[in-house]
Amino acid sequence: MLTDGGFWLVQILNSLQLAMLLFLLSVGLTVIFGLLNFVNLAHGSLYALGALCSYSIVQLTGSMWWAYVLAPIAVCLVGALLYITIIDRMRAAGPLRQVLVTFGLLFMLTDAQRFIWGTDQLGVSGTPFAHSLSIAGQTYPAYRLFIIAVGLVVFVALHLLLEYTRLGREVRAAVDDAETASCMGVNVQRTFFMVFLVGCALAGLAGAVALPAFSAEAGMGVAILVPTLVIVVVGGLGSFKGAFVGSLLIGTTLTFGQVWFPQFAGVLMYALLVVVLLFKPAGLLPARSAAGS
Amino acid sequence: MLMSHRQAVKVTAHASATLAVVALLMLNIQAHAAEYKVGILLPFSGVYAGLGSHIENGFNLGLEHYAKDLGADSIVTIKADTEANPGSSLAKTKKMILQDKADALVGLVSSAVLGAVRNFVHQSGVPLVIANAGNINATGKDCSENIIRVSFSNAQITRPMGTWMAQQGIKKVYLMAPDYAAGHQMMEAFRSTFVAGGGTIIGEAYPPLKGTKDYGPFLTAAKAAKPDAIFTFFAGGAAIAFVKQYAQFGINKEIPLYGAGFLTSAAYVHVQGQAADGVTGSLHYFPGLDTKENHAFQAAYKAKFSGKTGSEFAVAGYDAARLLAEAIKAAAGDKAKFKSALSKVSFTGPRGPLKIDPKTHNVVQNIYVFKNEFINGKIEQRVLATIANVQDEPNGCVM
Repeated sequence: MLTDGGFWLVQILNSLQLAMLLFLLSVGLTVIFGLLNFVNLAHGSLYALGALCSYSIVQLTGSMWWAYVLAPIAVCLVGALLYITIIDRMRAAGPLRQVLVTFGLLFMLTDAQRFIWGTDQLGVSGTPFAHSLSIAGQTYPAYRLFIIAVGLVVFVALHLLLEYTRLGREVRAAVDDAETASCMGVNVQRTFFMVFLVGCALAGLAGAVALPAFSAEAGMGVAILVPTLVIVVVGGLGSFKGAFVGSLLIGTTLTFGQVWFPQFAGVLMYALLVVVLLFKPAGLLPARSAAGS
Repeated sequence: MLMSHRQAVKVTAHASATLAVVALLMLNIQAHAAEYKVGILLPFSGVYAGLGSHIENGFNLGLEHYAKDLGADSIVTIKADTEANPGSSLAKTKKMILQDKADALVGLVSSAVLGAVRNFVHQSGVPLVIANAGNINATGKDCSENIIRVSFSNAQITRPMGTWMAQQGIKKVYLMAPDYAAGHQMMEAFRSTFVAGGGTIIGEAYPPLKGTKDYGPFLTAAKAAKPDAIFTFFAGGAAIAFVKQYAQFGINKEIPLYGAGFLTSAAYVHVQGQAADGVTGSLHYFPGLDTKENHAFQAAYKAKFSGKTGSEFAVAGYDAARLLAEAIKAAAGDKAKFKSALSKVSFTGPRGPLKIDPKTHNVVQNIYVFKNEFINGKIEQRVLATIANVQDEPNGCVM
């Protein structure tokens, strides 16, 4: 197995594919975390919502392409509703109350999804890139390459957004020191809201992208939440590049771990978390400068 | 001639006496006519709801076919939703036995639910006919004289396949199944006969039952082990995902896929489509069986349920209804005899000859090895071998 080049190639592609899916989720979570100091555990159920909405959109329109566009918008609208009704009010509350409220929200949203879509696994057929490709003699599903591509495109787009736009500068300034940014004339409230919506849309996109490969079911958001939270901590709270590096690390650990140490795949992830926290307590690529924190 | 008043009184008295005797006789017959209350315990919601509806459909069709000539006896049914919830299922089972006074219970899809209700059923003395749950212990070390299984045991499905695959000259096999009791029981039974037949297990993987949607990493590792074949057990949504991903990674072109026949069940093989081409399974029933009993069953099932194919789950429900009806006929109105009659029933149904093993109360039945072939845009299932009258060892069962 270890000397088999094909095994390494395919398994690395599998790791990348999982990492990109996790990146789409964790990037939203980490920026919300870093900006608002807000722990949004309901983020996982937005991922499930994206997948389930995509399923319904495919049933209605017959095309997965509509789902890629509409599902993030739908999730974004639900996110906006949550922000206005609950999350905005909870910003001043301490982290303990935030965790309790969003944890409850996670279960409420999951049950609402069960009520609407039932408990079955919902799959779609006739999706794009359903064929397989041959890479260096190895057969690989084209759709998984598409997932990797989507993740990379989002990474580059977010990088450009953060580095070269006014919103990006405001976000970076607000993550570093919200109070000073506010004094410098940044409308921090508006920045928070925008960032929250982008995070929700990315979670919805992750769900839409996952649907053709792995089907959808109510409750899928709870399972993926744990590795996502680990990535946020490993990468550094609020750190965009940290989320990317963390996703690659955790995606690889989970993929190889479940093959080599199937009983310990989950433990390996936490072991990695402990090691990172021991040596880099602020995460691998902390967003805030040392002076600010 | 006109009757005198006295004569008229006499005639009336005679008539009423006769009527009274007739009425008494009828009462006597009534005492021999029994109404059997059958409690149906199936998942109508939750992850197993699909299987529950297959079994219920089959059960209703079975009642239609076999419970219409019960003579003076009759069957009434009551239903409860077990979901996949052991706790609430036990409460519902207790209610059926204690409050509704059910004479028999039938159903059970999840082995976890079976495990939860087993002790109560065992102590209550009310017979339970299992229509799916395959845990080997239910007719092994935890067997009960009250529990009769008409579906299958996990080991019964895969044990003959180990022998058969070894006979086909397959030397090296990689095992893969979800990490729970049924997955391990299916794999262990296969291993025992495959290794005895001269084969080697060169690797195995047990992905978590819940939450595994991506089999890619497991499949890549299995392929790298270079086995002659991969033997698996997956069912339901996991089976659909597994078979599709097996084809997407192109492994089907190099390593043939074998498994417990639930992998390509008639319930969802049409969803797998071309990905199921070439997959070989072993199971107690598949819809393509060429017997007159099966043709009659499939025709009746299609006619009643809008053209749907009767799956192995539907057949288990159908045969459970027939088992109850045959036992009621044999008991001739005597409810005390009914319970012992249940385990003595034997008949030839859609799946072939079937009887209940007196040592374990598990069903003794044929196991079919069948292959899926994608022909003209749809999957056809063809039988490769029939292993007759497969019977489990008692495995610690003492009645």
